[in-house]
Amino acid sequence: MSRAVEEINRRMLRARDAMDRAYTEPLDIPHLAEVAHVSEAHFIRTFKSTFGETPHRYLQRRRVERSMFMLCETARSITDICLEVGFASLGTFSRTFRDIVGVTPSEYRERAVIKPVPTCFTMAYMRPSSFGEARAKNGA
Amino acid sequence: MYNGINMSQIFVLDQDKARDFYVNTLGLEVSNDLDLGFMRWLTVCVPGQKGRDILLELPGPPAMDEETTEAVRELVSKGATGFTLGLTTDNVQKVFETLKARGVEFTQEPTTHFYGTDIGIRDPFGNNIRIVQMADVMGTPHLDPPAPKTKASTGKSSR
Repeated sequence: MSRAVEEINRRMLRARDAMDRAYTEPLDIPHLAEVAHVSEAHFIRTFKSTFGETPHRYLQRRRVERSMFMLCETARSITDICLEVGFASLGTFSRTFRDIVGVTPSEYRERAVIKPVPTCFTMAYMRPSSFGEARAKNGA
Repeated sequence: MYNGINMSQIFVLDQDKARDFYVNTLGLEVSNDLDLGFMRWLTVCVPGQKGRDILLELPGPPAMDEETTEAVRELVSKGATGFTLGLTTDNVQKVFETLKARGVEFTQEPTTHFYGTDIGIRDPFGNNIRIVQMADVMGTPHLDPPAPKTKASTGKSSR
């Protein structure tokens, strides 16, 4: 029983690693389910019970986190960054960014401060943990 | 007070598999593999660096109860053990190619940062290992060569 749980965890981790590694690519659920060697419906449900959020949300926040990093650490255009982190359209990117971060990409860039830490930690700790819920709760 | 680190520890879920991975795949060497009766004392080190060992420990009773053992195993398998091990190399590209040919799972392909170029891999159980070739001269924290800012903002490009 337990070994089966470990095997499932390991498969879900493989799919999550694929998102962290290849977020620039147009990843979709069928592809990620294939990486995890499970059916699509099973994949979404199991990923959520393993990591606490759906694969789609995980990937969106990974992309937004990477865009925050690039807005801060490069001088590339917002359109460039949007495409680079895997969003297909500037509209979707701007809306998603604003929903998650609370400000627009250009406002974020204005205020950004460089954090001289290894990128693996930036990726682990700077991925937004809320979809605006935290701000709403704090009344900010 | 201290003059070094002699040992650190990684939880592994199968010591035979761990020995095979850490030695034959990753390229470390066994510094101890002893049957103590109550446990198998398995340590590896960077070749030639015995004395700076990594204990590949199998979680289990009686050190921890069954339920705790299962919890630890579950956390390892979902990659929740954090930054487990960091190794340095003077040729990260070559390490990448070697490990890729050996079928290792990558969390990150070679990427250059201000501190150097690194890769990320998983051990067979879910532990996170990173391998870095440090930059000769620590750069500023930029991905790209700093381009002129369009607006005077915060002085962050001058670090």
